[in-house]
Amino acid sequence: MARITPLEWPVLRQLRSRDSTGRGAAVTSRKTRRTAPRTDDADTVVQSICPYCAVGCGQKVFAKDDRVIHIEGDPDSPISRGRLCPKGAASEQLVNSSGRQTTVLYRAPRSHDWEEFDRDRALDMIADRFVEARRRHWEDEDEHGNPVNRTMGVASLGGATIDNEENYLIKKLFSAAGAVQIENQARI
Amino acid sequence: MAECHPVGFQWVTEAQQRGARVIHIDPRFTRTSAVADKHVALRAGSDIVLLGALINYVLSNDLHFDEYVRHYTNAATIVSEDYQDTEDLNGLFSGYDPQKGTYDATSWSYASRGDEEKVEEPGTEPESDVAEPDEYGAGGPSLRHADVERDDSLQDPRSVFQLLKRHYRRYTPEMVEETCGISAEDFHHLAESITKNSGRERTTAFCYAVGWTQHAQGAQFIRTAAVLQLLLGNMGRPGGGIVALRGHATIQGSTDIPTLFNLLPGYLPMPEAGQHDSLEDFTGAIGSKLQKGFWANADAYTVSLLKAWFGDAAHAGNDYAFEYLPRLTGAHGTYQTVERMLRDELDGYFLVGQNPAVGSANGKMQRMGMSHLKWLVVRDFSLIESATWWKDGPEIESGELRTEDIDTEVFFMPAANHTEKAGSFTQTQRLVQWRHQAVTPPDDAQSELEFFHELGRRIRARVADSSDPRDRPLLDLTWDYPTDEHGEPDPESVLREINGYYVDGPDAGTPLSAFTQMRADGSTAGGCWIYTGIFADGVNQAARRRPGHEQDETAAEWAWAWPANRRILYNRASADPEGRPWSERKKHIWWDQENGRWTGRDVPDFPETLAPGTKSHPDAGGPDALAGDDPFIMQADGKGWLFAPNGLVDGPMPTHYEPPESPISNPLYAQQSNPARITLPRSDNLLAPSAAQHGSEVYPHVFTTYRLTEHHTAGGMSRFLPYLSELQPEMFCEVSPEFAELVGIENYGWATIISPRSAIEARVLVTDRVRALTAGGRRIHQVGLPYHWGTGTDAVVEGDAANDLLGITLDPNVQIQGSKAAQCDVIPGRRPRGQALLDLVENYRKRAGITVDTGNQKLTAPYPEPQTTTSEED
Ligand code: SF4
Repeated sequence: MARITPLEWPVLRQLRSRDSTGRGAAVTSRKTRRTAPRTDDADTVVQSICPYCAVGCGQKVFAKDDRVIHIEGDPDSPISRGRLCPKGAASEQLVNSSGRQTTVLYRAPRSHDWEEFDRDRALDMIADRFVEARRRHWEDEDEHGNPVNRTMGVASLGGATIDNEENYLIKKLFSAAGAVQIENQARI
Repeated sequence: MAECHPVGFQWVTEAQQRGARVIHIDPRFTRTSAVADKHVALRAGSDIVLLGALINYVLSNDLHFDEYVRHYTNAATIVSEDYQDTEDLNGLFSGYDPQKGTYDATSWSYASRGDEEKVEEPGTEPESDVAEPDEYGAGGPSLRHADVERDDSLQDPRSVFQLLKRHYRRYTPEMVEETCGISAEDFHHLAESITKNSGRERTTAFCYAVGWTQHAQGAQFIRTAAVLQLLLGNMGRPGGGIVALRGHATIQGSTDIPTLFNLLPGYLPMPEAGQHDSLEDFTGAIGSKLQKGFWANADAYTVSLLKAWFGDAAHAGNDYAFEYLPRLTGAHGTYQTVERMLRDELDGYFLVGQNPAVGSANGKMQRMGMSHLKWLVVRDFSLIESATWWKDGPEIESGELRTEDIDTEVFFMPAANHTEKAGSFTQTQRLVQWRHQAVTPPDDAQSELEFFHELGRRIRARVADSSDPRDRPLLDLTWDYPTDEHGEPDPESVLREINGYYVDGPDAGTPLSAFTQMRADGSTAGGCWIYTGIFADGVNQAARRRPGHEQDETAAEWAWAWPANRRILYNRASADPEGRPWSERKKHIWWDQENGRWTGRDVPDFPETLAPGTKSHPDAGGPDALAGDDPFIMQADGKGWLFAPNGLVDGPMPTHYEPPESPISNPLYAQQSNPARITLPRSDNLLAPSAAQHGSEVYPHVFTTYRLTEHHTAGGMSRFLPYLSELQPEMFCEVSPEFAELVGIENYGWATIISPRSAIEARVLVTDRVRALTAGGRRIHQVGLPYHWGTGTDAVVEGDAANDLLGITLDPNVQIQGSKAAQCDVIPGRRPRGQALLDLVENYRKRAGITVDTGNQKLTAPYPEPQTTTSEED
């Protein structure tokens, strides 16, 4: 602890720092003075959008060493003017929470447990199964002989936090594969 | 809104501070009610009675905005002589087929001026088909022509105006009191508030969220508000409109660029087998070349889409590869897909950030359905319940499923979140906002863009040598997006394709700047016509971030709104027929006589140089046929539809029916429930008997489901986060003190809620915010259930799922399930476990005498044979 000198008397400190109400610099501890917002450490900040509801609040995402360290409201947004609700304010945990599963898991038929799995292998298996299901349930015509040109063996149900570009590729790929059963939270 | 769209609500608060009156109409008292000027509680599912009574109030007191209604709506249009109203037919409209349980909408059409105009135009469909909503895009089916018969005095009994009056004449304040449980005093407060606050100087807005869509006739709820808003002149004007508060970050985008079975991008329909065999059939059914407005150019939008998808393989010689598109045969929605799973007709299922085990109605059907799959791919951030039902779902506990018997292979593929990828979200006001990437995804996590791009590459590789014509569309697909060093495709390259570009000529490759540049001759490509302009000048307009405080309140340089960066749709209606603002206060768009163009505070949603006084040319079609006072440029006649001659499958005017499970008999008609609703009569989807039927007393109470500020949908993005879990840790039921006493439950204690589908337990929250209502002559108790919890072992907090209680009955227009009004019983204590739980549910069903037919009879009133019309023989 630093040596106490008379100059550090609160009243002198208050006079010296012209802190007339005694609620500012005069009463700031050394610890407080050393405390800086964690955003100061960020090496990048990008403008983003909250991933929860459809208000579309602006977010600023602060990152350091390729890790998100902080997310706060974007004051530039004419929609949200810097505000976030509890969900938007908690979204840093969406990135960093310990409950997140970041590796591929596979559950074999009848198995009681997951197993860790290689992503590339999983993707190949999914592609094989897609092609097989597509063939198995292919329909050239409906019962009246009208062409339908489709498969009923594969379906998809998406949430509503999938980017427009992503939805576009999903719809494009499924349609070209003849899969019509594509759905979204938008109908739920 | 304060509860579920909290930051959006700051604008309501601000309006309130400037003198706006905020009235909250909801069965539930929420954070919105707490700060509203008035909360009006209504019985869940009775909305059309209330809104219909407001329409009646406006019409019988001559409070409509006369000039607006005459010029901008179809009030003066004459409807076919064959049309008969619910007032004539015991609660049904003409055209009902009791066998099929569907309507033929022919008799609802506009009267024709003369028989010679009944001649079929090439490419247009006969209008006599049974209406099938999945066949149409957002514009509904085409009108054959825009040359309609009118009575500008609005006195003709067959004019829309008079039909509307007659249809709603029995929707009175007394009926509201009797049916909705709203006092006459509250009704008058509401009616006076909205009518006094509408007109030249003032506008009223209606805001709704999914509370309106999740009903067996949700589309009609919203239509009723639209009719009212048109009568009051509140559409297309600042501070007016119907503000759909959609639930999720880009649920609007998921509809615009749809991952939906019945739509192609930009609200073009998916083609239907037998109806749309050629490109000409298809585009003609979307918009006749003779009708007014921009749907008449559906061929340009469709051909541009096909060019974007299939490149050089789409050319004039093969109808631009139109035959590559798969065809629908009726509805293939998410609930029909679950039925297919249960019949072992579906092998593989992708869940992409979606948790149907918790978030879809009739959770048991969802989970049982998944147990019939060969394989399941779950892409999410955490091990949501839809990924783990095979080891810790409710059916494992009850013994209905055994892990060692389940053959389903499950792949969990971790997803990148919103900070780990760049891309665009479309928020609830059609504003497309670009997100920049902050960091790279950890470990195996990847974006949907990368996953589906890669999956597409691998699928294409597997059929690369195929000569089977079935594989042609996959092989001809344009799929060469540039990728970065991690394999992530460049999202801007996808956005460019969505925007569209010139295919050949001097500008080949240049982005289009407006959808009006799209052509049907293959010279343009574009993945979603309504998004054209988002990459105008080669600039990502959605990434524009000029700070709000540097702009006026339209903030036109923050991101980009479809279409064409317009912030208020149909804004031509913000000016009077002569093109002058209705008032200085409500100025938005006006006609600039000097320069001969529309101008103002927004991008005009109207042909820019079409002068106000222009008359419609009788032989023209499409945008050229629009008159200077046709603000509704996507409607086939340019007018706002008070009466919908087509496009809706359950009636041209909204009509009150009781929910499929209801505590009271329909006080307005002998027909109890929506006669065109879609039922799923199955032993795993049983319904409770409604009022006056034997057994209805077994499930005497109404329950409704809802959201909380601190959670999100089925909890996949909230119950796995410690902060949010701590804020709302436990599933509860919200009940009134009167009800708690009636059934013997206590605050913080446990209650078991039983429906014909299942029984769940919840903590009890006794609060004055819930009040019992008197409707249908009886005391009605409503139980509120948030639907965010589910049972599993990976989330921070778990609990029983409200969706397990819900049955599936769908709105016939949009195939959305009713989730907001159903019947239950409530008993004290926790629910039994294992077989005892199944026994409890079964005992209730037996006591109520439920069979698969209960609640599924569509027609409950004798349907008088509609008078046979002679017009066809004439
Ligand atoms: S911060 Fe809250 S209100 Fe804003 S978009 Fe996110 S969830 Fe919606």
